[in-house]
Amino acid sequence: MSVNQTVNLDKVQEIIERHGGNKSKLISILQDIQAVYHYLPAEALKTISRLLKIPLIDIVSVATFYRAFSLKPRGKHVATVCMGTACHVRGAPKILEEFERQLQIKKGETSKDGEWSLESVACLGCCAIGPVVVVDGDYHAHTSIRKVPNILKKYRK
Amino acid sequence: MITMKMNGLEVRAEEGWTILDTAKFYGLEIPTLCHHEGLTPYGACRLCLVEIGEGPKAKLVSSCTYPAEEGLVVHTDTKRVIQARRMMIELMLSVAPFSKTIQDLASKYGVTSMRFKIRNEECILCGLCVRMCAEQMDGKAIGFQNRGYQRKISTPFDIRSEECRLCGGCIYICPACQLRCQGPQAETAVCNACLTMDPTCLDYYDELQCWMYDAGRCGTCVREKK
Repeated sequence: MSVNQTVNLDKVQEIIERHGGNKSKLISILQDIQAVYHYLPAEALKTISRLLKIPLIDIVSVATFYRAFSLKPRGKHVATVCMGTACHVRGAPKILEEFERQLQIKKGETSKDGEWSLESVACLGCCAIGPVVVVDGDYHAHTSIRKVPNILKKYRK
Repeated sequence: MITMKMNGLEVRAEEGWTILDTAKFYGLEIPTLCHHEGLTPYGACRLCLVEIGEGPKAKLVSSCTYPAEEGLVVHTDTKRVIQARRMMIELMLSVAPFSKTIQDLASKYGVTSMRFKIRNEECILCGLCVRMCAEQMDGKAIGFQNRGYQRKISTPFDIRSEECRLCGGCIYICPACQLRCQGPQAETAVCNACLTMDPTCLDYYDELQCWMYDAGRCGTCVREKK
């Protein structure tokens, strides 16, 4: 994690202003920042701390508590494999392994070219269509090892 | 004034007191670890557990956070309470066996074995340092991060915080930072070197607290065994 990475902070300021500079909207603000940068840059958190007058440590506490937030830069595409009970028994671990093989990264890592991040989630709540893989918000139902290359191809252009 | 019953005694508590405050006022000893005068109660260590209510509905609550209520029935040293406290000490021992404070508690409350895997995390997440930093030192330099088994106390991004003034308040108040007498090379999980008292009679005398650590022997509290 590079702390001194330069980030265009105008966007951060804009997002905070859109939420009315309201302290209680912290999570919404973090979500919007994450949507823009794909992760939470350290500089952005410091800006929130300064503008909303929340101690930096409190923001970091929130940002590290939720799995949805990442303090490390993430890839352009994020593949999330559901590992909930229903998906698990239908072979989610094997699918995750296949993703790891194809992308040559481990769970929770980002590929060196910054294209892909691989993550797992405990349950997405749509067990009927399991095993589920979510790529950039698109749900891929009834996935299998054989479908993995096709899914990846769609996003690789 | 709030009137309630504590270990069979009728006690009076002032508005805004917790059970722990009341017990202290009447000289009833309740062990605490994450509680400190001058810091807000937190209820993390669960050592100050007491039993409230009677019969099958009795439940364990942390006395440092539970406000005194009219007509409340409190027992500070029942068998159930003692067992729960011992379990908490045992769990804390497994996380931070090098801490003198926790080893002393183990000796005092008769924890002679530790059944869990030693984890040596050197932190029991009691939150004393976090509260000390925020409330007394007005620093807000450290806080909790992550969650579940990965929860830890650190500065933002694990680098030196700009808010930290190196006052040392967090180290001063830390119950896990003072090393046990044998130092970090100790092989056993439990020290018990100062465990000189006899087994107490708490198992048989539910509502007794012996000030001599000599329970039952001096004769002033003699009762039949159940």
